[in-house]
Amino acid sequence: MASLITCPHCGTRPKEEFSIRGTALARPHPAASEEDWHAYVYLRENPKGRYQEYWHHAGGCRRFLIVERDNVTHDVFSVVDAVAIRGMSE
Amino acid sequence: MRYSAYSIIKQALSGNRLWKPAWREPEPKSHYDVIIVGGGGHGLSTAYYLAKEFGITNIAVLEKGYIGSGNVGRNTTIIRSNYLLEGNIPFYEFSLKLWEGLEQDFNYNAMVSQRGVMMLAHSDGQRDAYARRGNAMRMHGVDAELLDRKQLQALMPYLNYDHARFPILAGLLQKRGGTVRHDAVAWGYARGADMRGVDIIQHCEVNAIRRDEQGRVTGVDTNKGFIGCNKLALATAGHSSETARMAGLELPIETHVLQAFVSEGIKPAIDHVIVYGAGHFYISQSDKGGLVFGADIDYYSSYAQRGNLATVEHTMEEGVSLIPGLSRAKVLRSWGGVMDMSMDGSPIIDRTPIDNLYLNAGWCYGGFKATPASGFCFAHLIAKNESHHVSRFLRLDRFERGHMIDEAGKGPQPNIH
Repeated sequence: MASLITCPHCGTRPKEEFSIRGTALARPHPAASEEDWHAYVYLRENPKGRYQEYWHHAGGCRRFLIVERDNVTHDVFSVVDAVAIRGMSE
Repeated sequence: MRYSAYSIIKQALSGNRLWKPAWREPEPKSHYDVIIVGGGGHGLSTAYYLAKEFGITNIAVLEKGYIGSGNVGRNTTIIRSNYLLEGNIPFYEFSLKLWEGLEQDFNYNAMVSQRGVMMLAHSDGQRDAYARRGNAMRMHGVDAELLDRKQLQALMPYLNYDHARFPILAGLLQKRGGTVRHDAVAWGYARGADMRGVDIIQHCEVNAIRRDEQGRVTGVDTNKGFIGCNKLALATAGHSSETARMAGLELPIETHVLQAFVSEGIKPAIDHVIVYGAGHFYISQSDKGGLVFGADIDYYSSYAQRGNLATVEHTMEEGVSLIPGLSRAKVLRSWGGVMDMSMDGSPIIDRTPIDNLYLNAGWCYGGFKATPASGFCFAHLIAKNESHHVSRFLRLDRFERGHMIDEAGKGPQPNIH
């Protein structure tokens, strides 16, 4: 039930250590159009099934992680540091 | 058959063998004026009011499961209209007024019980906020009373008033709020719609929305074949993103699971609906005696109708912190329902960019109390192609235009609304 999350830095930890930010979208360029920003802030694909979500390891390493899991079966497929996927350090 | 004291006596004398099913089980016709996708509370009430108030009876309600299998049978049955904001108060008050006359209106016992909804305040700031909310309600003609500690202690002596961290200082009471037998709401609306000619088609799942070259919706593909329509109305909260996607729309919604619980039946103990202001815990006692309660959603996106153990523990801790005696009650059942969590915590009843496609979505975990008004306003929108005046703020494009209705002031973070 997504109760255990294997943090790439801290190992397998209970989900209560994490706070969940929401769907793992890439942030638009600051000069992107209003439509792009509106889509980023408000619109969600919200798929049923495989899904990538930002989880913040607030009670551990305090890194932002991207958790890929199935939101019907609650299987967790992968947990990686957000920087490793997005290549950003913000 | 109209239900009455006479019909009950007559049936009793004939051994209850002459009752007829409350609605038909028709096969779908090839075409309808209006197809409503979703046979939950909102879809059924929409069909009922379309037929009763707006004279459209050539309607099908398509339900992928059975009537009452979704959130209308999974909620904690609370009705209230204690909202703060302009876009919400008149709408929810309209709903509460419809609840007050509902049983006579659709001739069905929905056990509407106006036992009062109490929201507790645990700090001076929260008391001030509730005073403001109560004033906003009264300015809209809605009943609200701010009670002090002493008055609360007389009403509900079993609460933990001297909690070290969250003492109870005051409570905002809406006496007209209360609970309703949720399944009976689905059944009553289904029966009322069916009596007026609406086809309720159960176990009929929509797989695709068909559109013509101009982009207009022509009908839906289902597991019972293609069904044509002039207007298509989506009332599939929990799965709104999935159904809207069939028409190429992306919504300001994330889906989350909310759990609810019921204890073993005990003697009458809790007379009101009580909302814990320091957590998100709410509780009432059903007429069967079970304590019905719930708290927060599970915080991560989920389409599963079951929740996480950590949230169960969190809910129990909140409950016991508010009502210490709860620790002695055994939990009988728990379940989950999936919610359309919108980006500002408020719902959407609106047209879509596709002319004959209408959307009823984004109910977060407050959809049950809205069932009558949601159906009435959605029916108004479908029939007249314009919003009912109490739902005119609940627009799909309000996020683009910057007119969010953010009751809690939390911003576009759906899992904390």
